[in-house]
Parts: sequence; C-alpha cells; structure tokens
Amino acid sequence: MIKVSDLTVRAGGFRISDVSFEIPKGSYGVLMGRTGSGKTTILEAVCGLKQVLSGTIELNGEDVTWKPAGARGIGFVPQDGSLFSTKTVRKHLSFGPTVHSWKMEDVEARVEELSEDLGIAHLLDRKPHGLSGGERQRVALGRALAVRPGVLCLDEPLSALDEETHGELIELLKKVTSDHEITVLHITHSRREAEQVGDLHFRIEEGKVVTI
Amino acid sequence: MASLALMYLLLILLMLGADVWYGFTNVSGSELARIFEQESVRHSILLTLFTCTVTAVLSVIVSVPTGYLLSRYRFPGKLFIDAILDMPIVLPPLVVGLSLLLLFNKLPSDALSFEDLLNKVGIKVTFNVTAIILAQFSVACAFSVRTMRNTFDQISPRTEQVAQTLGCSRAGAFFRVVIPEAWRGISTAGTLAWTRSMGEFGPILVFAGAIPRKTEVLSSTVYLEISTGSLETAVIVSLMMVTIAVVVLVAVRMWDRGNKGGLYHD
Repeated sequence: MIKVSDLTVRAGGFRISDVSFEIPKGSYGVLMGRTGSGKTTILEAVCGLKQVLSGTIELNGEDVTWKPAGARGIGFVPQDGSLFSTKTVRKHLSFGPTVHSWKMEDVEARVEELSEDLGIAHLLDRKPHGLSGGERQRVALGRALAVRPGVLCLDEPLSALDEETHGELIELLKKVTSDHEITVLHITHSRREAEQVGDLHFRIEEGKVVTI
Repeated sequence: MASLALMYLLLILLMLGADVWYGFTNVSGSELARIFEQESVRHSILLTLFTCTVTAVLSVIVSVPTGYLLSRYRFPGKLFIDAILDMPIVLPPLVVGLSLLLLFNKLPSDALSFEDLLNKVGIKVTFNVTAIILAQFSVACAFSVRTMRNTFDQISPRTEQVAQTLGCSRAGAFFRVVIPEAWRGISTAGTLAWTRSMGEFGPILVFAGAIPRKTEVLSSTVYLEISTGSLETAVIVSLMMVTIAVVVLVAVRMWDRGNKGGLYHD
C-alpha cells in the first residue's frame, strides 16, 4: 500500500503542496500529468530521494516519511534505466541482495530466477553498453525487483521504447507485479499506457493530485 | 579545420624530432654511457620518479572528493571556490614557487615561520624533497580536480539514487557505483598529475632549489645542463623525460582498456 497524505515537497525553485492519494496493497496506480507538473518529484519523495517539507508517506502501513531510501523496501526504475555502466547484467541483479548481505547461494538463485522470469538469462554476462532499450529496462526492472520489494516506483519506464517492445514490457510489468502482489506507482504522460497497465489512475491538475 | 589540427600535430612532432635528431647526431654511445653513469643524473631520475608518484597519489586522494563536491552540491561561494581551485593552472609557475616560499618562511611571522615550527618536529620543507612534492602538488592537483569534476559531471546522479533505493548509504553508493563508473577519470587524473609533475620546473626551482643529489629533478637537470653549456646532456635527459611520459601514458591507457573497455564481464 502507498498512502501519501498532505505532502509538500520542493525541488529547486519548484514546489508542490498538499498532495494526497492512496494505492491499496497489490494495486497498480498510474500518475499522469504534463511535463513539469511534478510527477517525478512526487515519485522521488515516495522513494526517499527528495526531502519532504510536510505531510506523511506510508508504505504498507508503515510511516516512512523520514526513513532513508534504502530502508523503505521499494524498487525504483528510472526513465532511462540508469544502469551501472561498469557492471554486468548479473551484477545488476545481484546488487541489491549483495548490499542486503544475502547468502551467496541465495543471491545466485535469485539472479537465475529473475533472469528467467524477465527473459534476460542470455544477457547475464553482458554489460549495459550495446543492450537495446527493452533489454535495458528489463535489467533495470530486475535490479529493482531483486530484493523482493513490496512497492515498485516506475518513472516513465516505457517512454523510449518502440511499440512492439512497449507492448511486451507492459505484459511483463503486469505479470510480475500481480504474481508477487507488488504495489506499483507508475508515472507516465501517456493515457494509452495508463489504461493498459493501471488499476487506479491519478492526474496532477493545478498542483493537486486528483483521482480519475 | 583538419589542416589546423595537422599543423599543430606537425609542430609537436617536429619539436620532438629536433631533440631526437640532435641526440643522434651529437651524442655518441660512450657519451650516453657517461651521462647515465653520473651520480647526480641517476639520483635525479629516481627522485623524479618518487616525487611524481607521491604527487599523483596525493592529487587523486584530494581531487576525487573535491571534484565530487563541486559536481554534485550547490553551496554558497561555490563559484568563488571553483575559481580559486583553478588559480594554480593560470598562475605563472614562478609565482607559485614564490608564494610557497613566502608561505613557509614568512608566515605567521618572520621570527617564527611555518618552516621553523615544522623543523621543531623534525620536518624540513624548503629546499628539501618535501618542497618538490608540495610544488608539484600545488599545480598538478588543480588539473586533477578539473578532470574529476568533469568526470563526475558526466555520471548521472540517478545511478547513485538507484543504489540508495537498493539499500546503500550515500557513502556506499559512492564507493559501489560512482567510483567504478569514474575509474577512467581517476586514472586520467592520476596520469595527468604524474606527467604534469614531471614537467614542473619553476615552482620547484624557487621553493626546493636544484641542489645536486638532494633536490635536483629531471627538469632541473635539463635547466642546469643548459646553463653550463652541456646541450648534449640536456637533450638526452629531455628525451628520457619524453620517453618516460609516453611509456606512462601508453601503459595507463592499455591497463585502463584491459580493465574496463570490454562489453563482457567486470
């Protein structure tokens, strides 16, 4: 569950105030809005990457407003994937579990499982350079899912993909999030994409988040 | 545009060619052996290698956090600090040396300078090896800082943020993600500091002197040999400096490519 209440957050000279919305556990929420409307700022606040001025953020019933990003149990997929250029796909998938000090055999098993689920097993020893847009986003998704987060935050993850890859990724997102009952906050400016993936739809209008 | 680049390239090659031509036509094998048998020349080679290496390591240690702060954070006076950090690049080398000399020997007062205070705990700076390293570091580190800042500017902060959401602290994200991504820049900063230090002369002459078998480095040797009319020795030492610089640059590039250049594996 993601519950944002009366949130005020500032990013540089930009400020968005009194934002409230709720996405029940296991639901797929989509937040839409124009470019520059503050979608990413809200998502960054939920992820713990942007300091909150006031209001609260609850994830699965726990108030995480002042918790650091790494203690929130979230997975984050940025717009361009933001892959680590020096690490192989295998290292991307094992990054989170390694940071969380998982046992080596558990890390390896998780990497195998994820790479099969996401269709990137043949890429495990490749580095990001040369991967296609779809492959990069699959790797970014796998990296985010590796530590089995309860919440997934996606910042326009499909915006740079061609139509065929876009469709494949949508099916993949729906499958992995519903299989594991993950609560999702997905940012997009595409109404079509929102209709394809979302259970709940929100829009930022004049600085407020409204349910559609 | 290409012809201008070609002209510059030609100028560099002709300069080096002039050294090589003079060396081959004026220095015999026995003369070459005599030059390298000189105790002062051998000491100068070893001292240069030692001081350049220490300076390069110090420059990397200082420039990595400095470049990162300048690249990632906004703070009051940043523009001013940024300009100050570039000062050693634009200052005349002799001014750097003179400034160091004054700093250590005239401050806080004539009667009791920093040099006097350091001498009391057994550290000698002015006209010693420490002065060579300080003189080299003052200039070389500025180049390293600029290199590291540009390196961090090119690395998206998003990768660090992703690492933080995966459980890393800010420091953890820096060491696990940013440092590996910045590795090529770090090796460039270190190489640049090393080679720049080898070519440094003005500040070393003023602050450390050119005392044979004490503070004479290769650049001072070239100067001293020219001063005494021994052009052959000056040319041979110059060619050796060129060779060392080329070997260091090529070795670092090859090592760098071998480590990070592939599409597969870490």
